[in-house]
Amino acid sequence: MIQYIVRRILQTIPVLIGVSILVFSMMHLVPGDPAQIMAGESAPQEQVDNLRERLGLNDPLPVQYFTYVSNVVQGDLGNSIRSGRDVGDEIGSRFWVTVELAFYSTILAVFIGIIAGVISATKRNSFADTGIMIVALFGLSMPNFWLGLMLIQWFAIGMDLPSWIPFLENTSWFKPSGWGSFSQIVLPVITLGTGSAAIIARMTRSSMLDVIGQDYIRTARAKGVKERIVIYRHALKNALIPVVTVVGLQFGGLLGGAVLTETVFAINGMGRLVIDSISARDFPVVQGTILVTALLFVFVNLLVDIAYKFLNKRIDLD
Amino acid sequence: MGKPNSYENILEIKNLQTSFFTKDLELKAVDGVSFTIPKQKTLGVVGESGSGKSITSLSILRLIEEPGKIVGGEILFKGENLLKKKESEMRNIRGNEISMIFQEPMTSLNPTLTIGEQIGESFRIHQGLSKKEALKKSVEMLELVGIPSPKKRVKQYPYELSGGMRQRVMIAIALACNPNLLIADEPTTALDVTIQAQILDLIKNLQEQLGMGVLLITHDLGVVAESCDVVAVMYCGQVVEYADVKTLFKEPKHPYTIGLMKSIPPHDQDIEGDLEVIKGAVPSPAEMPTGCRFAPRCPFATELCKTKMPELQTDENGNQIRCWMHTDEWDGVKDREVTVHG
Amino acid sequence: MMEPLHSMDNNQTSPSNSARSKRWNDIFYKLRTNKSAVIGGGLILFFIFVTIFGPLFTPYSPNTQDMVNKLQPPSSEHWLGTDNFGRDIFSRLIHGTGLTLIVGFSSVALGATVGVFLGIISGYYGKRTDSIIMRTMDVLLAFPGILLALAIVSVLGGSLVNVIIAVAISSIPIFARIVRSSTLSVKKLEYIDAMRALGASDRRIIFKHIFPNVTSPLIVQATLSIATAILSASGLSFLGLGAQPPTPEWGAMLSDGRNFLYNAPHVALFPGIAIVIVVLAFNILGDGLRDVFDPKTKD
Ligand SMILES: Nc1ncnc2c1ncn2[C@@H]1O[C@H](COP(=O)(O)OP(=O)(O)O)[C@@H](O)[C@H]1O
Ligand SMILES: [Mg+2]
Repeated sequence: MIQYIVRRILQTIPVLIGVSILVFSMMHLVPGDPAQIMAGESAPQEQVDNLRERLGLNDPLPVQYFTYVSNVVQGDLGNSIRSGRDVGDEIGSRFWVTVELAFYSTILAVFIGIIAGVISATKRNSFADTGIMIVALFGLSMPNFWLGLMLIQWFAIGMDLPSWIPFLENTSWFKPSGWGSFSQIVLPVITLGTGSAAIIARMTRSSMLDVIGQDYIRTARAKGVKERIVIYRHALKNALIPVVTVVGLQFGGLLGGAVLTETVFAINGMGRLVIDSISARDFPVVQGTILVTALLFVFVNLLVDIAYKFLNKRIDLD
Repeated sequence: MGKPNSYENILEIKNLQTSFFTKDLELKAVDGVSFTIPKQKTLGVVGESGSGKSITSLSILRLIEEPGKIVGGEILFKGENLLKKKESEMRNIRGNEISMIFQEPMTSLNPTLTIGEQIGESFRIHQGLSKKEALKKSVEMLELVGIPSPKKRVKQYPYELSGGMRQRVMIAIALACNPNLLIADEPTTALDVTIQAQILDLIKNLQEQLGMGVLLITHDLGVVAESCDVVAVMYCGQVVEYADVKTLFKEPKHPYTIGLMKSIPPHDQDIEGDLEVIKGAVPSPAEMPTGCRFAPRCPFATELCKTKMPELQTDENGNQIRCWMHTDEWDGVKDREVTVHG
Repeated sequence: MMEPLHSMDNNQTSPSNSARSKRWNDIFYKLRTNKSAVIGGGLILFFIFVTIFGPLFTPYSPNTQDMVNKLQPPSSEHWLGTDNFGRDIFSRLIHGTGLTLIVGFSSVALGATVGVFLGIISGYYGKRTDSIIMRTMDVLLAFPGILLALAIVSVLGGSLVNVIIAVAISSIPIFARIVRSSTLSVKKLEYIDAMRALGASDRRIIFKHIFPNVTSPLIVQATLSIATAILSASGLSFLGLGAQPPTPEWGAMLSDGRNFLYNAPHVALFPGIAIVIVVLAFNILGDGLRDVFDPKTKD
């Protein structure tokens, strides 16, 4: 096990190097002179030259790369062109906003996905199963930014509702923007979590059906175990093992998906920072944010793989 | 236990029918099976794979799953028809009065529960023991089935045990609540030869110790000869011959039984030798012959055999046979058209 | 060299042509009787039909502005209402259908071509080649979700073509992985060794024997990837990094509607519904194809 963990950690090193090369090269792949672009089209030549010098863009590429990596390792992601502030500081608290958003959405997705998947599998081919699988297919096919807009429209902007809808006069239950209070968190979390909930529900269903057909489930039934306990004690634990990997991947995917959700709900997270910086051509911030997100994703995947290996140990027959 | 001895046979199956329903056809996996297990005796059920042995045994516990269904017959356990019981009553019987062990020890234990949890579950369900008591009893069970250092083993997971050890654990689970009937579905097929004998000895010893009836499914006639009292030979979902073990081995009647016997290698001989095997293969359930199901492979088959299904005949000793050769009609037929191959 | 190879093809160990065509007949039969495949495929054919003939029949031109009638709710004149420039939303949706399909198909075609190539090379040659390619794929996969496409578009600049390229690149790894594992399993078969012993060239083995065996997982994945690609591309356009105004791209149209959720909810509603239905069609077809090609994983 220790051996596996060490090997798995070592395996991430080439990936980290690759990620850093890719992020580093972003600035150099932009058509045109990076210094000119960052200084602005109309900036005087002198200012452009200064910027070029300051960013070390005159050095040979390998030198620039090593400077970049050693800076990053020391926690220096460069300075924002727009604000002149340290990129690390720019990201700062936004990091946690995005992580929180992705985390709550994952929790919601896991909760709903697993319950729906189990119901579907145990009531196979029933009305409930068909219904859940159709809803899941929609969840999978919905652009989350659209779902977000629809949720805002229905639950957050105080639109007058038709009078036949009971209890509600208008739709201002939740807040359409920002992050922090419960009323601000609900809609973005639903928006971001729906797609993952759908994926987890489908995955749980098929994993559960697979497990229910296993010999040891028959053994449990032959022992006189109640059907409910067969499902929750004997089947679910085994069925969830493959789901764990998906959950990890989903959390990562949601870090990426947060870009859209944060834009829709005007949440000040890393995603929105990237978008704002792209339109302002603030490349150091774009690079820094993308790098941080990718590193976080690699780290989460590492944890998930180790967790999976640990859980799967009992199942591996070799 | 429980009721006085108002029944003679621990299990009596009458005309059991279990089918699998696909889109447009009914596969009769078990088609009118009847047999009896006298109290504290062992019934061997033999037959090639696909003949319906497992489905018969799962039917007894009513563990047939969709798209399968028990469509007819009676299963009298201690004189009471199990097919009339409620599901909750069945649950009290499973693992308590009737237990089952399966062919595949490698996959029949839950990989995510400890051995102790899996054995203890029976005690907790059927005897209402606490976790701690159940664990203590589990250790005793492991001792009973001959697993060394049971205290350590109860805390382990199945992947830490060998196939033979796992089958012992399965037996421990099955015997936890002193069942009156143990169903063992090819308990040794997946195991090494040396371990096979140990497991069979274990079952036999425990049967004597606990006084239970055993339904032993196997396709190994050698095993039957050694450990059974009565034998049912199954072919294509039907019992073709049912007899006490002595009679069966002394004078097998059904051509299929005879064929099976000829194909056992003598104990002291290599399997390589010139075995006489039944020619052909088991017909698929979708294209069952209309007459005797064994007719296409039977060296004695006549037109009659091919067109009309023989009835099960019972003789004065209770032995049964399903074959035209052992009916009154046969003498007339034989004179005219019998053709015996080699 | 050709002769022994030819006789190998008819050998029992190698799937012969007639067996292969029988297999495809079988698959087409199953597809026709698979509910998901028929519904998904039917919807997609419908959208292709709309792409080709729809623009001929739209009541308005997609880009004609009519500021007097802006933000009109659905009516008999404007079936799905008008947007903030008074353009007819129904007409714009019809004109945008083709864009959506083209973005989906072309980015996946591009990504799959590269991915299949890398996957086969990786699986077939193994060793150093394999590890270099697969580590590179790991690097691409380290950028979660839409982020890789976003990074690429931020470098290339926002346009529909760049979105296609970005989405294509981010779909490469999954194809490479799937094809690599199929290649590995085919490579293990004995007849491949026999072919090599007989002197068949790598290229011949790859095209005649390995490629045909990776097609079924490939088709399934491609279908599902088109669904994802359409979602990513519309997301990028929504963020203003894809199709530029006044292109009637659905994601961009949705983005226009953001500012009028209160007064004119239909502006954001209809493009979203259109995206959902197209993506749904590909997902349903993908499920159906998987049932047919790979019955094992069928629920
Ligand atoms: N789940 C199932 N669906 C359809 N047919 C089945 C199923 N399980 C068993 N059968 C059929 O029932 C017949 C008897 O099977 P089984 O009892 O397992 O045979 P045995 O145990 O004697 O080898 C087989 O011919 C098989 O085709
Ligand atoms: Mg069997």
